[in-house]
Order: sequence, then structure tokens, then C-alpha cells
Amino acid sequence: MTVLAAIRPDDWNFPLFIHVLSAMVLFGAVVLAALAVAGNTQGGLRLGFRSLLIGAIPAWIAMRLSAQWIASKENLLDEDVEVPAWVDIGFITSEGSFLFLVAATVCAGIAARRGHGGGLRTATVVLVGITIVAYLVALWAMSTRPT
Amino acid sequence: MYDWLLFFHLLAAFLLAVTAVTYSAVAFGSLVGGRTLFVADRCWDVGGLGTLVLGVWLALYLDQYEIWDGWIIGAIVLWLVATGLGDSVRRGIGASEPAGATVYDRRVVLMHWLRTLAVIGLLVLMVWKPGA
Repeated sequence: MTVLAAIRPDDWNFPLFIHVLSAMVLFGAVVLAALAVAGNTQGGLRLGFRSLLIGAIPAWIAMRLSAQWIASKENLLDEDVEVPAWVDIGFITSEGSFLFLVAATVCAGIAARRGHGGGLRTATVVLVGITIVAYLVALWAMSTRPT
Repeated sequence: MYDWLLFFHLLAAFLLAVTAVTYSAVAFGSLVGGRTLFVADRCWDVGGLGTLVLGVWLALYLDQYEIWDGWIIGAIVLWLVATGLGDSVRRGIGASEPAGATVYDRRVVLMHWLRTLAVIGLLVLMVWKPGA
């Protein structure tokens, strides 16, 4: 079982590499955004906004496209295939979290433009916090593969 | 057991990404607060130790890998390189004057990018496992 768990065809490696790399950048960018915005300084708000806009959103797109690529290589998108629960969890958490990510970016952008945080800063921290939890759930699902 | 080892190994690797992304913002000239850098450094400490210990544990646990496999030795060497570079970056940023500077010595920035390349190299080894 432990042997089987680590074996996969070689041609899955590149999309898997892109998927994991972009997921790592995404996670790093949202954590940086949370820390920067929570600091409640004008520079922190700007950094949080840029981290989400330039780091997290492009990384999310790369992560999601590469996920689709791998799923297609594994024939998980075929009509007659029952999609495993861990793949469903990955899709649900990534797609659901994207809405939070976009909302957090808009909140952080407006707060940075105004130059003060207030409720928008709190909203950004909460939204980014939810995405971090979602990514941890996705990471757990991808690695433990619950049925 | 394997699944949980892999989960925590990956989680540790994601903590390394927090450090790499945060210091990339510094390298691009963003003003990053001291508290954020402190958290990024702790992420490197925990993530670095976690990837190494859990990675070795995984190699010992799985039947088809041995700790002396070339790709595992290569990963440990890259890990040491990344850790050394990380320490130099941390010291270089800590020594910068004035406090809160956004422009750092080019060597510090270069070391950061080399560390980031080393982390990406680690991921390449983990995915392709050359020679395994």
C-alpha cells in the first residue's frame, strides 16, 4: 500500500509540479496579505492588496488550471468516472475560496486607496482567514485522500 | 500513517513558501513590517525542520526509497544550501540601516533569490524523484 501510494506515471509530473508550486505561492501570498493587513498601517494595507492582486490571484489561476490538467490526465473528468471525494473537496474549496479571494482583494484595494483600514481592513483579514482555512482543508484532502 | 506524514510534510513545505513569498516582497522593495518578517522567519524555522524530519521519516517509512538514494541526498544538500542562504538573508536584512529600509544590499537580494531557487529545486526533486 505504501509503495502504491507514491507511484504515478511520469507524464503527470509537470502538471503536478505546477499545481504544487502555484498552491505554495498562493498560500504564501494569502498569509503575507493577512499579516500585512492585520498590521493596520498604510504600507501594510498596500502590501496586502498587492500580495493578493499580483501574488494570490495569478497563483490561484495557475493552481486551478493545473488541477484541471492533472484531473484530465487521470481521466477523472470522464462522464462514466466517479470522482473521488478528495478531488471534489479540492474543487469545492478552491472554487469557493476564489470568491473570498476576490472580495478580500477588493476590500484591501479600497482600504489601501483610502489610506485607512476600518471595517474594510477587518473584512479583508476575515476573508483571507477563511481562504487560509480552506487551503488547509484542501491540502489535507490532497495528501490524505479521504474516501 | 503515510497520509498524515505526507500532509504534515507538505504543510511544512507550504510554510517555507510563506517565507519565500514574504522575502520576495522585500526583494521587490515593499515595506514589510518587523512583525511580518518575524512570522516569516518562524515559518522558515518550523517549515525547515518539518520538511527535513518528516521527509527523512517518509523515506524510511516507504519501502521503495532509501535515505541514501541520490534524489534524497540531493534534497538534503539543497535544504542545507537554502537554510544557509536563509540565515545570511536574515542577518543581512537585520543589519540594514536605517530600520524599515526598503532597499537592501544586492548580495542580500541575490541570496534571497538563490534560496527561492533552492526551494523550487527541492520541489522538482520531490516531484520527479530522479533515479528512484
